[in-house]
Amino acid sequence: MSCKVTFTEELRDGVFALSFTAAELTPPKPGQFVHIKCAEDGGARILRRPVSVCDFFGGGDGAEPELTVVFEVRGGGTKWLSERREDDELDVLGALGSGFPEVSGDILLAGGGLGIAPLLYAAQRAGTRAEAVLGFRSKERIILTGDFERLARRVEIATDDGSYGHGGTVAEPVRAALAERPFGAVFACGPRPMLRAVAEIAEERGVPCFVSLEERMACGVGACLGCAVKLKTADGEAVKRVCRDGPVFASGEVVW
Amino acid sequence: MVTDLSVKFCGLTFKNPIVAASGTFGFGREYGGYFDLSELGGIAVKGLTMKPRLGNAPPRIAETPSGMLNAVGLQNPGVRAFVSDELPYLRRYDTKIIANISAESAEEYGELAAVLSDAGVDIIEVNVSCPNVKAGGIQFGTSAVAAAEVTEAVKRRSAVPVMIKLSPNVTDIAAIAKACESAGADALSLINTLLGMRIDVKSRRPVLSNVTGGLSGPAVLPVAVRCVYQAANAVKLPLLGLGGVSSGTDAAELMLAGASLVGVGTASFANPRAALVIRGELEEYMRRNNLSSPGEISGGVVI
Repeated sequence: MSCKVTFTEELRDGVFALSFTAAELTPPKPGQFVHIKCAEDGGARILRRPVSVCDFFGGGDGAEPELTVVFEVRGGGTKWLSERREDDELDVLGALGSGFPEVSGDILLAGGGLGIAPLLYAAQRAGTRAEAVLGFRSKERIILTGDFERLARRVEIATDDGSYGHGGTVAEPVRAALAERPFGAVFACGPRPMLRAVAEIAEERGVPCFVSLEERMACGVGACLGCAVKLKTADGEAVKRVCRDGPVFASGEVVW
Repeated sequence: MVTDLSVKFCGLTFKNPIVAASGTFGFGREYGGYFDLSELGGIAVKGLTMKPRLGNAPPRIAETPSGMLNAVGLQNPGVRAFVSDELPYLRRYDTKIIANISAESAEEYGELAAVLSDAGVDIIEVNVSCPNVKAGGIQFGTSAVAAAEVTEAVKRRSAVPVMIKLSPNVTDIAAIAKACESAGADALSLINTLLGMRIDVKSRRPVLSNVTGGLSGPAVLPVAVRCVYQAANAVKLPLLGLGGVSSGTDAAELMLAGASLVGVGTASFANPRAALVIRGELEEYMRRNNLSSPGEISGGVVI
């Protein structure tokens, strides 16, 4: 689908927010992703880049629906994407994937690094039912926390090096939050070791935990079987697709 | 002039020459939401084995200049699950169904062919060219003797046409093509992926967990054109040409080299509707060149 860029911003060195019109896209659920073509037609980069939905505005009062993604420049594709400017055309598929489930009760959002991006959209939907624990490597890498503070009931920030907020990973603040108040679910996105730690803490407290996984993707729609992930099933293990069966999975299913 | 896109292939009428390539189209379900699958000439389904296979560990794919490497490792639910759960869905569409098979012995290839022939698929495509699985058939596809042995075993058990899918990872593709023809093959499809490898220079590790993988995408089109041309000169069998096709003129190029049908694979990953777009562009090429049927293109290269 053809989308038009409406806004771009460098949030910090190498991390960009990009908004585009989304009238032709399926309205996303939190945790879903869009699959963006990151090259001109006939270019050498043939595969799309999957990027989580960070924000979505449904339109109305004459305004078009708009979708925002946040991404880090890691190679040629994301560099090309970071160079798009207002009114440029983008070829976008989506929204794709499973997304976080609808849950009742309060939601604890646990994010690490760029993994906080899809949780912002979850916070937008959950409003004051959401609390967030956001982890970064250091103070210089903190992004989007102001937006979380506007939406969520409570936001705690952790930095690995202790340069801002809680010193250490999100594990301790997550443990403390779950011990203090009842939550209907934990939604987590970030590096795999962080997800595993958060899942173990949630499982100990008996709080359902949903994790958003990442894997290299080609098609994004479930056909190529490139983004395989091993999951536990009743009769052993099965291979599922991050793009179609996920990217969000119940933490108890994941083979860490 | 009315353009008739239909193609006769192994006694079957394909409504147009464009076929979704095996391994890039699942069992059709994922793309059924993007367009009417009856618009395709045919669908070659994800490679089937006798027993279910979980495939290789991730990472399974890597992007490369104008292409990609994959090492999925023949992940599939097994032939019986395909027949009971997937074939009825595919049969809702008015398109030819090509069942792609891999096995560890000639006998097992024969058994797979018997199951699928009984189940009523239109063509059996024999994968003797998967580069990603030790027992994935490539040992049969790189030797003329072994390729002939598998062809005979499948022909004995199949009531439907048998098409052998050839590997480009050989010294003399014409020799393999001839061996398959002598052994009774009804058609050939070529090419499967080219064996490749990438290394992450920071970690010094291979990018793919399987170390090596199959290269596909626009980068391999010239290799596919060369292989189809050489096979067409060596045998009288009808050919399904594939490898890196991403436009109608790419399809025409493979047809000029000698293909009757053209597979679209990796292009579907970039655009789920790629096969449909390519069919339209091929039709446009025919109109511009006053061609009334695809048969007028096939083998038309002027040397």
